[in-house]
Amino acid sequence: MERKIRVLVAKPGLDGHDRGAKVVARALRDAGMEVIYTGLHQTAEMVVDTAIQEDVDVVGLSLLSGAHMTLFVDVARLLKKKGLSDVIIVAGGIIPEEDIPKLKKEGITGVFGPGTHCDIIVDFIKKNVKR
Amino acid sequence: MNDIASKVLNGDQRSIARLITLAENNDPSATDAMKKIHPHTGNAHVIGITGVMGSGKSTLISELTRHYRKKGKSVGIIAIDPTSPFSGGALLGDRVRMMELGSDDKVFIRSMGTRGMLGGLTSAVYDVVEILDASGKDIVIVETVGVGQAEVDVIKIADTTLVIVVPGLGDSIQTLKAGVMEIADIYVVNKADRSGVEQTMAEVESLVDISCSGKDRKTPVLQTIAKKGEGISELVSEIENHFRYLEKTKEFEKQRRLRYEAELVEIIRKRLMNFIFDESTFKEKIEKLLDQISRKEVDPYTAAEEILGKILK
Repeated sequence: MERKIRVLVAKPGLDGHDRGAKVVARALRDAGMEVIYTGLHQTAEMVVDTAIQEDVDVVGLSLLSGAHMTLFVDVARLLKKKGLSDVIIVAGGIIPEEDIPKLKKEGITGVFGPGTHCDIIVDFIKKNVKR
Repeated sequence: MNDIASKVLNGDQRSIARLITLAENNDPSATDAMKKIHPHTGNAHVIGITGVMGSGKSTLISELTRHYRKKGKSVGIIAIDPTSPFSGGALLGDRVRMMELGSDDKVFIRSMGTRGMLGGLTSAVYDVVEILDASGKDIVIVETVGVGQAEVDVIKIADTTLVIVVPGLGDSIQTLKAGVMEIADIYVVNKADRSGVEQTMAEVESLVDISCSGKDRKTPVLQTIAKKGEGISELVSEIENHFRYLEKTKEFEKQRRLRYEAELVEIIRKRLMNFIFDESTFKEKIEKLLDQISRKEVDPYTAAEEILGKILK
């Protein structure tokens, strides 16, 4: 059996800054994962539909606009509602320290701010994938 | 596992997605479901789309799909991108160009890495076509990786193969004469608003004119501007023409037989390779033979015969 970790990297909402998402996508690829990159301006529904069709182990969200408390939480809740409880959610972007516990409570288990070394994200995913 | 097959037959998205994963990972639990769904396959029209990197395959597929949706047809899309031979990872980005398809439960898109297969496809693609077909999709589109000259495996799986070329390749079309430029049922000159389109059309058309395949059907050459949706309805009717042509002649059965042959060979190849290289009994033997080959005590042919002899006796 050749199990590969599949990761969806998505940019929800109105935010055109995708360099961070691309750097992370590249790092995950180099760590041997299959990364599905969606492009910009995704709605929560689009992210969740893609996660279902691509049968991913991980959903990675990136947002720099400040709307993370709305959009990340929307995605997390919709994933749960659709029964994707074996998918882990990680997020990055400009996330204020005080928001992190709230996001974790919503099921976004890994939150990685600017300056995080890619290896830390790779390790986190490898340790936490549920399948 | 039995009910994953019936859920796939009912078109359940999560079951379709999960069975694809199992097939892709060569998980033994996929086999049972694959056996069950096979009697329900053969209804989808499989369209293969190939062409060089950046020729607009994904954008064209997005437009084709929109067109088919307007006609009330459901569509499955398999978008293949290369797996890194170094890390084994892959960046699958075809969905970026298909975003407009949005959330539509009659469209199922799956991105796949080649996972070491050459030829422009991936080993599990035959399974995935069967899964999408069995789930009730009217049309299944297979997008190959951006090809060079010789990645022509798509003809084994597709009923109708489109080869996409773009203006500006110039003389490179000449070099493509063998291989990819032989497999088209329809040529599409995409990005037809670019300069040099007349020359590209002329080059492709002259390739068609000098071919003597003996078939009574001349390969059409069409122009599209996928980004603006131009030429798409003409392309769809050519694809439908080709399908009617297949059904009218005996080509259809021949084409399907070719697919099953490729699928059968692939299943046997996978199982045999797994048997030889993953079984621990052989692992030791192979390591030992490799040592002997390095020390020039045994040559690679003798070593291969020794391993195969153990299986074939």
